[in-house]
Amino acid sequence: MQELVVKTARDFSRNVLAPNAARWDKEHIHPIDEIMQLGELGLFGMLVPEEYGGTALGYETLAMAIEEIAAGDGGCSTIVSVMNSVVCGPIAAFGTEAQKEQWLVPLATGDMLGAFCLTEPQAGSDASALQTKAVKDGDDWLLSGSKQFITNGKFAKVAIVFAVTDPAAGKRGLSAFLVPSDSEGYLVASVEEKMGQRSSDTALLQFDQVRLPASAMLGNPGDGYRIALANLEGGRIGIASQAVGMARASFDAALQYAKERKSFGTEIFNHQAIQFKLAEMATRLEAARQLVLHAARLKDAGQPCLKEACMAKLFASDNAEWICSEAIQVLGGYGYLSDFPLERIYRDVRVTRIYEGTSEIQKIVIAKALGR
Amino acid sequence: MSHYPRLNFNLGETIDMLRESVRAFAEAEIAPRAAEIDRTDTFPLDLWEKMGDMGLLGITVEEENGGTGLGYLAHMVALEEISRASASVGLSYGAFSNLCVNQIRRNGTQAQKDQYLPGLMAGTSIGALAMSEPGAGSDVVSMKLKAEKQGDKYILNGTKMWITNGSDADVIVVYAKTDPAAGSKGITAFIVEKDFPGFSVGQKLDKLGMRGSPTAELIFDNCEVPEANVMGALNGGVRVLMSGLDYERAVLAAGPIGIMEACMDVVIPYIHDREQFGQSIGEFQLIQGKVADMYTLLNASKAYVYAVGQACDRGETTRKDAAAAILYAAENATKLALDAIQILGGNGYINDFPTGRLLRDAKLYEIGAGTSEIRRMLIGRELFNETR
Repeated sequence: MQELVVKTARDFSRNVLAPNAARWDKEHIHPIDEIMQLGELGLFGMLVPEEYGGTALGYETLAMAIEEIAAGDGGCSTIVSVMNSVVCGPIAAFGTEAQKEQWLVPLATGDMLGAFCLTEPQAGSDASALQTKAVKDGDDWLLSGSKQFITNGKFAKVAIVFAVTDPAAGKRGLSAFLVPSDSEGYLVASVEEKMGQRSSDTALLQFDQVRLPASAMLGNPGDGYRIALANLEGGRIGIASQAVGMARASFDAALQYAKERKSFGTEIFNHQAIQFKLAEMATRLEAARQLVLHAARLKDAGQPCLKEACMAKLFASDNAEWICSEAIQVLGGYGYLSDFPLERIYRDVRVTRIYEGTSEIQKIVIAKALGR
Repeated sequence: MSHYPRLNFNLGETIDMLRESVRAFAEAEIAPRAAEIDRTDTFPLDLWEKMGDMGLLGITVEEENGGTGLGYLAHMVALEEISRASASVGLSYGAFSNLCVNQIRRNGTQAQKDQYLPGLMAGTSIGALAMSEPGAGSDVVSMKLKAEKQGDKYILNGTKMWITNGSDADVIVVYAKTDPAAGSKGITAFIVEKDFPGFSVGQKLDKLGMRGSPTAELIFDNCEVPEANVMGALNGGVRVLMSGLDYERAVLAAGPIGIMEACMDVVIPYIHDREQFGQSIGEFQLIQGKVADMYTLLNASKAYVYAVGQACDRGETTRKDAAAAILYAAENATKLALDAIQILGGNGYINDFPTGRLLRDAKLYEIGAGTSEIRRMLIGRELFNETR
């Protein structure tokens, strides 16, 4: 089954994503049809039990599938990672039966997109500084505030929104809500213009007195922080996998070019300076991939793996950027042109060192684990 | 642009005054347009005459030929301040004033200087230089563009690639093979005008960064160039080319310096304004460490680049130091731009902030005017050969 899913992802990536990636990037297109096809292929529900429309294949398979998708288009791989790890994941873990029927099934089967709304303009890595709040009004909640850098912000049919429900209780005063995007007061305020990953829409959402029934709460009052942090490992394994995929695409482009391009009377592959580069790129790529798979297997085995997931994300994202930069060097001027995919991948890969916790935050978490 | 206490490199009063006036000009005329120049990939052509009026285009040209005669270090400082406002304007400025104007100054006859320099220095005609070809980048001697003598003309056939300002240029210094069998001893430099029959501009290239600085393919289809436009000795072009590259590397090394300054300009206010975990992020050791590295790399790069500029002005240019200065500055500029993005986090990745552009622009200097790999090869080879 794993083999089949990875092959499905690879074929779709090669045949549909890779040939269109340059155009989507250039024209700032969010390819909603192709994104939904990824869902229809079962690639959104890989952590979801079969009874809710998922494939329940686990993190190792998810990591391998995301690598394949990222090798074709970085932005689309972000969406797959987000859908699995932080959209379907929390609903599967904390949702009521009714919530799962209403949201998880269509999300896992590719009928709709969802969004995970934690970050705010003034609260990025510091999740305890959230200002979005939900106030009780009879049996309902009134949700107000804004959320920034929200993947799928424009197309999501449902958003998991974290808000302060008890300002006096600090981290324990946070709750999570399932907010339908057609709710009154739900506004997609702006879609960010980004350096890369333009096929993935990133939006600023605003909530103006959005009325939610008590049944919209995910988990119990005060569970928000726990839900937000419950699957940090999964999110980080996902981003690490996409970094590996983009690094692989960069390396492949460099290797192919090195065997074709001639200078000083021979293929540049025969120059030692290029050989050393390619050797080091290949080594770092494989090391990153193995570290990601190691973390994914621990997660599948139910072992604690936050440290390993952080290490995988830190190492894979830092090295993916380096590998892509080196691949541009191998291609020289051609690497700098948009006729070749490397300049796009370089822009796409940069954010892997930022979202789902910056590299700096990963180091803090790793160090914390070391100090225990 | 941020102001904080800086090391005084003691470059002298003239250069300090020049820096102040170029900075004021760049801050007023270029910086406010930098994001737009990048987004639309369009060079603001009105800048050329303004730079001409300030004497920036003929900054290395002797006063008797109408230039400002300030030399290479001054040229670097001007390029640095312009690049700090917009790296792509800086790159076009460097290609114009160094690759074209300075090459004509160094190698042209008095008649050629009289004919071309006044318009170029005034900014009323735009300059470029054409060396690379689709199949001949770092391995420049393998160029294919041919020039054949016919009567009192040379007929040029072939294409040039990666030509900065190529699509806007009126006057272009072009290297061609006049004796293809002679290898490096069969290259000649020509001055080509865009109106010469047989000259045309091919595709304009779509690039990762340096958007706004046009990069074009140039096509020579039986292009007729008068014999009087041979620059330097017939078949002596490789010396013109190679020595030109030394000055090109030295001067362009100031481009990445300007980008690094721009990174500091973004980061310094941000580490005060941005608060996380209840305090300015500048209070965190992690951020302090990054800013410290940025500041250190910037000043180490400046020290080397300015020292090479001063050596050029003393007539002591060395190939390995010109290559090493730009190698070091270029790689550090990419590092600083990456760090600037990282310090800004998500904000650094969206185009409301200039950091993404700074990274995309910085990467060019690891490629253009010779890749880092070629620079390392040159430095290593030079060191080895000098010490055998």
